[in-house]
Amino acid sequence: MQPDSAVSVPTDSPVVRGEAEVPAQRPAGPEDGELVARLRRGDEAAFARIVTSWSPMMLRVARGHVSTDASCEEIVQETWMAVIRGLDRFEGRSSLRTWVFRILTNLAKTRGVREARSVPMSSMSPFAPADEAGPTVDPDRFRPADDQYPHNWTPVGAPVQWQPGPEQAAVAGETRRLLGTALQDLPERQRAVVTLRDVHGLSSDEVCAALDLSAANQRVLLHRGRARLRAVLEEYYRAAGKVTS
Amino acid sequence: MSEDTRRPGMTISCQEVVELVTDYLEGALPEEDVARFEQHLELCDGCRYYVEQMRITIATVGRIDESDVPDEVRAGLLDAFRERSR
Repeated sequence: MQPDSAVSVPTDSPVVRGEAEVPAQRPAGPEDGELVARLRRGDEAAFARIVTSWSPMMLRVARGHVSTDASCEEIVQETWMAVIRGLDRFEGRSSLRTWVFRILTNLAKTRGVREARSVPMSSMSPFAPADEAGPTVDPDRFRPADDQYPHNWTPVGAPVQWQPGPEQAAVAGETRRLLGTALQDLPERQRAVVTLRDVHGLSSDEVCAALDLSAANQRVLLHRGRARLRAVLEEYYRAAGKVTS
Repeated sequence: MSEDTRRPGMTISCQEVVELVTDYLEGALPEEDVARFEQHLELCDGCRYYVEQMRITIATVGRIDESDVPDEVRAGLLDAFRERSR
């Protein structure tokens, strides 16, 4: 196994090494060292907790490499089996999550190659799908090049401040559900990046490592996905404004 | 909206701002562009709202709960874990 960075405490500031950064940890329970000790002692509750907590993100990572949900589930199960088998040999020089994540990405990539996905995540074909090129905001919302203020917002096109609805909690629930649906409708590559970054909180380096993307590619996908979701919310607030005014 | 195009904040257009917003939020914008970007936001309501709305969008997405481990999968894994401890 490759040497891992020496981190045993969750940290928000990534340590850059030759490969993937030590991930910013999502606080979920006991400190890493104690977690590993518990797992070695056979603490089922601790194991169930990390399975529940990390598997959704792991499924999402696997989805970036293989074509079926069944394959994703198998990859995640294989990963957890490898974790169980390797627990005694884990030296704790990286965080547990980093270690699990690395096993997962290796398995997912191997499986992805074996399944010979016709459109691998990492392919940046010169014939990029239409939804991955071009402006993310309707050009009609900006003044033309020969205008006095070229490429600035038109009066009609400029964003207006979003007013929260009459009941803030209701709006929060609605907008969350709305974006949950909209996320499913994003093109696959944008959906993968936005979900891993903004839903599961992986760092950009983790996502690049997991999905074989360059930092620039990852940012483009993140940018386009977020822009679409913002547009969905904008439409929601526009409609809500018409109802209440 | 009246802008003086000679002011530093207006060397960058609104259309550029909306395409640079992710780089900005990621800390990937070159330093000299960060200043121009932020100066533009000070002068331009539309762009200020746009960036704020991008933040709201990210925060809203962050509240989505994607946690769904099929019961039989979890049960199988717990069994394997139990076996190891024997």
